[in-house]
Amino acid sequence: MVKKFFAGGYVFLVLAFMYAPILFLIIFSFTDTTVLGMWNGFTFKLYGKVFDNRELMNALWNTVLLAFTSAVCSTVLGTVGAVGIFYSKKRTQKVLNGLSQIPVVNAEVVTAISLALTFVFVLGRGKLNFGTLLLGHMVLATPFVVLSVTPRLKQMDPNLYEAALDLGATPARALFKVVLPDILPGIFSGFMLAVTLSLDDYIITQFTRDSTFKTLSVYIYDQTKKALPNEIRALCAMIFLIMVLVVVFLNFRASRKNQKVRQNF
Amino acid sequence: MIKLSRKNLVIPYALFLALFVVAPLLVILYLSFTDSNGAFTFGNFAKFFGDPTYITTFLYSLAIAVLTTLLCLLLAYPVAYILARSKWNKKMILVLLFVMPMWINFVLRIAALRELLNLLGLVGQSTGFLKTVIGMVYDFLPFMILPLYTTLIKMDKSVLEAASDLGANNRQVFFKAVVPLSLPGIVSGITMVFMPSMTCYVVSDVLSERTFEVLGNLIERNYMDNWNFASAIAIVLLVIIGIVMLFTYRFEDHDVNARGGGLW
Repeated sequence: MVKKFFAGGYVFLVLAFMYAPILFLIIFSFTDTTVLGMWNGFTFKLYGKVFDNRELMNALWNTVLLAFTSAVCSTVLGTVGAVGIFYSKKRTQKVLNGLSQIPVVNAEVVTAISLALTFVFVLGRGKLNFGTLLLGHMVLATPFVVLSVTPRLKQMDPNLYEAALDLGATPARALFKVVLPDILPGIFSGFMLAVTLSLDDYIITQFTRDSTFKTLSVYIYDQTKKALPNEIRALCAMIFLIMVLVVVFLNFRASRKNQKVRQNF
Repeated sequence: MIKLSRKNLVIPYALFLALFVVAPLLVILYLSFTDSNGAFTFGNFAKFFGDPTYITTFLYSLAIAVLTTLLCLLLAYPVAYILARSKWNKKMILVLLFVMPMWINFVLRIAALRELLNLLGLVGQSTGFLKTVIGMVYDFLPFMILPLYTTLIKMDKSVLEAASDLGANNRQVFFKAVVPLSLPGIVSGITMVFMPSMTCYVVSDVLSERTFEVLGNLIERNYMDNWNFASAIAIVLLVIIGIVMLFTYRFEDHDVNARGGGLW
């Protein structure tokens, strides 16, 4: 009993450490003092201020646009790549899986500078644009898509594809109608990973972006050079809320799916 | 014409890897061994290893990485162990709670931590090192918890029961069975924490108010003015990564779940 109490307490303490900074900002998002830690009466003023901050709204929009575009591109490229690797010769498989590991294990700053210098080499100085940034995020995310899809392919029953061919499906049709539905969960988790990697990224963004294109990470990083504007607290609260909603929604969906599976048995 | 067969699907991805992963590494390799006129030289490396300030930064980065990794391991192992052993049927939610901070923008989290540490009185230049370590642990802890949890939850419980049936006490079961069996998770966690904490200059920049540098800062600072030198530092980092991989690859848990993929 005592042991259990200590175990629970320990887990709670570590959780507290991980949430304290965020909760701290959220609490003080309901007061509009400029100095953090001072309380000046309850107000939602800062929430309005977030939407009035043009630069911040612009950065938010850029972040979402980039995350969505790069996740879609990475997911398509990674899924097609994973299927291709799966049906390739052993040696090709080995080489490509090895190469896929490079961006995963490499330090982000090394990936970033190598890409940036290559782009500068090819395009010239000051020519970085949305395309180079997009490619940077794809390098970050695509290997993770491959890593999420591959296990699904391995679990697949190989006879199904052959059966589809025997029943007269063209290879393309068999891929779309048989293989694709089977690996869909892997594709989805790859996509979500790609979105989160892109939303979170600062270093690769900083090296490969056009200097006028700011994402949320870049905006906040720039703001940390001075005192943090107080509307950032409200922003933090809203991001936290959205995240909690997404997690609850996904969990709800997952548990309903589980129930359905159980009912079928 | 190329026939659209399943095998050919690999071509776009292979091209992508060649152009945007392999070629860039060759570019920095070339740049690191040349001077600004394109002539072959060892000068960039000589500059790095010959200058005490660079070596100091290098050693500090190494110290931060080792310390962060150790602290993460010490903090995360009990958490992962408790979560994996708990019978509470809501434990997936608990695991999720540990991962959720990763989905809040990383720079925002670090900025929040800075505000909190400032309020707690950790200010001034002398606290740069301490604050950087706290920030790295704060940021990378989930990367240690997840792989540990995935290996611990997969562990065959009957092996542990066998150990205690054969007379091992709780402590012996833990150190002679649980820890060795969770080695893949430990190694996986170490590789995921060690390298980023050596190079993630955002943490040191924001938390130390730019008074304290890690290797990543050197690359970032030299990137625009001196490509060749910045590339040389990147190559040094690559060699370190290579060495770490060489030692750890055999043990590692190559399950994507260990990297947070299975949560979706």
